[in-house]
Amino acid sequence: MPNATPKPQPVPQPESDRYWEGLKNEEIWLQRSKATGKFQFYPRNFSISDPETGEEGIEWVQASGKAELFTFAIVHAAPHMGFVGDVPYITALVQLEEDVIVPTNIVGITPEPESLQIGMALKPVFKHDPDGQTLLKFTPT
Amino acid sequence: MPNIQRLQNLSGQAHIVGVGESNKLGKVPEKSPLAHHSEAAINALDDAGFELSDVDALFTAGWSTLDVAEYLGIQPRYTDSTSVGGSSFVIHVAHALAAIAAGYCEVALITHGQSGRSDRAPIPRNPGTPMAQYEAPYGIIGPPVSYAMAARRYMHQYGEDRTRQAMAEIAVSTRKWANLNPMAYFYDKPTTFDDYHNSKWVAWPFHLLDCCLVTDAGAAIVITTPERARNAKNGSVKILGAGEGHDHSGISQMPDLTSAFGRHTGPQALEMAGVTHSDIDLAMIYDSFTYTALVSLENLGFCAPGEGPDFVASQRTAPGGDFPMNTNGGGLSYTHPGMYGIFTVVEAARQLRGQAGDRQLEDCNLAVAHGTGGLLSSTGTVVLGAD
Repeated sequence: MPNATPKPQPVPQPESDRYWEGLKNEEIWLQRSKATGKFQFYPRNFSISDPETGEEGIEWVQASGKAELFTFAIVHAAPHMGFVGDVPYITALVQLEEDVIVPTNIVGITPEPESLQIGMALKPVFKHDPDGQTLLKFTPT
Repeated sequence: MPNIQRLQNLSGQAHIVGVGESNKLGKVPEKSPLAHHSEAAINALDDAGFELSDVDALFTAGWSTLDVAEYLGIQPRYTDSTSVGGSSFVIHVAHALAAIAAGYCEVALITHGQSGRSDRAPIPRNPGTPMAQYEAPYGIIGPPVSYAMAARRYMHQYGEDRTRQAMAEIAVSTRKWANLNPMAYFYDKPTTFDDYHNSKWVAWPFHLLDCCLVTDAGAAIVITTPERARNAKNGSVKILGAGEGHDHSGISQMPDLTSAFGRHTGPQALEMAGVTHSDIDLAMIYDSFTYTALVSLENLGFCAPGEGPDFVASQRTAPGGDFPMNTNGGGLSYTHPGMYGIFTVVEAARQLRGQAGDRQLEDCNLAVAHGTGGLLSSTGTVVLGAD
């Protein structure tokens, strides 16, 4: 049965357009500080590891897609009407090889604690929405 | 950085003279959020023996002081709408202390009112925040999901079984306190370990009984100068120490899921008050979830990181235990309208004035009230002392 209430959709901002456009092409683009070499998520108009340089101090780099599970929860009580048809579902924080944490869902496995181990290797799954943005989800390798 | 020496000079320069709740807590569809503000304000002023016309400063969160002052019909000369979730009202206590000591005002009123359960016009979330952009589309929305992910990380670091046992201990001990508080939602609902383990999943690893209530409620606090506090009808409570701050908004940006900002605000508040952990007779620790209380005890320095499960073992925080915590029944089982922090101060003041009824502690001279706001984002801690 389709959800009566739509899920909340991302509203890209000027500094994150490139991130969301990348996902549509099944690519993960991240910001890196030219001075410190540190990646950051989410995109900003400056690097938080080199605030003084401003926008000039940032370069966009394509991430490898290699990731590990950092933590997760299994949601049984939908926190929003748009997710009523999805429970139980897995929310997670995932650590990318570039040492940033991204919020996401783990898909393609049974939503039970036993299916998930912290530190397990993950790969990206791009969930396209023809009318909206592409979401970056993950599944075990 | 905070200047502890100057803060120590501020210690005790304002007193809490009145506290109160709105008339009915729980499911109250017949009252608006602003009605909870006003009822609580009148009750707290009555507790102090003060009039609404005495109030010259207003502090609130969730609403602007513009709306609350207008509804109350007052014209404050000092206002503060600092709104950092449930920690806000604990922070307001500290801000009121500073404002009174500086001479901006003499009678500060802090009000809270929220219809978490029955609100006809809930405030919509701002879709432009990073949280809305990066977390909400994945169903990472609201406190249970975010706090559950933090708790799961804690379990990974410090052991799943002992963390589960600690969460169960807090779930049960807190509800034992509620059984002694006639205002508490769980007043007539005894809760066993079996009830805990058998309660349904909300967001694994959280059972329903790991989670706070969702209620309609209001509360208010009256704070004034030490001089005017001498005229208080029911005695007063000294504001001795305070700390506040935050280190993220959305859970995915939290620097360490097992260490909230209480690691700074707890030690600062105690140092400002000139007391140590072992001096504290009562810990009022915001318990949006069992995990929130567990990790806050560690962050505040009552025990070391990872030692929380040993610290709360064997019902140590329950009635009769040697570390009384959340004696009103907490957000878990007394009331929790959404931003519960103010109630930690209300209960601490009652215990310090010896007015806590069946749950009154025998010897209560120093209390810590600790609020957590957002997604483990913000904390505010105060140390309060009997006068």
